[in-house]
Amino acid sequence: MSVKRDSFSLSFAVGAYGTAFGAASVTAHFTVLQSCLLSLLTFSGASQFAVIGVLGAGGSAISGIATATLLGSRNALYGLRMAPILKVRGLKRIVAAQVTIDESTAIATAQKDEADQVTGFWHTGFGVFVFWNIFTLLGALGAKAIGNPSAWGLDAAVPAAFIGLVWPRLNDRKSRLIAGAAVLLSLALVPIAPAGVPIITTALLAIIVGWRV
Amino acid sequence: MTPQWIAVIGTSLLAFTLKYLGHSVPASWLSHPRIQRINTLIPIVLLTALVAVNSVTVKTKIIFDHRLAGLAVAVTALLFKLPFPVIVAGAAIGSAIAYHFKY
Repeated sequence: MSVKRDSFSLSFAVGAYGTAFGAASVTAHFTVLQSCLLSLLTFSGASQFAVIGVLGAGGSAISGIATATLLGSRNALYGLRMAPILKVRGLKRIVAAQVTIDESTAIATAQKDEADQVTGFWHTGFGVFVFWNIFTLLGALGAKAIGNPSAWGLDAAVPAAFIGLVWPRLNDRKSRLIAGAAVLLSLALVPIAPAGVPIITTALLAIIVGWRV
Repeated sequence: MTPQWIAVIGTSLLAFTLKYLGHSVPASWLSHPRIQRINTLIPIVLLTALVAVNSVTVKTKIIFDHRLAGLAVAVTALLFKLPFPVIVAGAAIGSAIAYHFKY
């Protein structure tokens, strides 16, 4: 039953970093309740960090939602991958959709046996959900309790979380080049575009490069 | 309704819609290589832009401050392949120290 053990340890490790999300979210002027609702309802780490990152930097709700949604688009491809394995309908499909994230898909697709794939998906999906939400609450309450976020370095925790998320994806020359271009484009736009727009505009780089190559 | 509430509700609704769509549409709709390629690049550009904007800007100005010290710690931790919570906590500690020395 090593798939269950793997699911549990991954769930705990990933869930624990909900603490960073909760703290970052409160630092970005979301309430504890809003932070917890993002973890319960959005339940997709990168999208959650994006929406608080954009609004925290002064961006509008629309640019926050757009950035988060583009980051969440990979979950649709995970669903596509998982649907033929899970074969669920109705309410069960709704639940499966909600826990379709990086980790549940990764564990499931790493299993050879089809029964293990199903077990891995559900155990990791529920496991991350439970721990992610508990630790979000703890992080949010903690950040609320300590006051000035800069004094505790929490304003650096947000970019650190993003760099931790993007780092494993920068594994070839093309990725690093496009990442460098995204830094230049976003910072060039900061003085002239409304907050949030510099971030979402970099999606054009992905579309242009991905379209051609 | 505050921008934060709009963002929470809008992000959550669209996040679920995307997840559910993946489970429901015919596989051929999303399996075009072009869509796959763009989908791989989207997180790279958005997350990198989020790193840049959250590290060195305040509103519409580029400002280098204590957050860069935190970012340097995060990059060092990543080079040593340390786990995610260590990266985030290390960045916070580095930034807090720089803040107290008024950078």
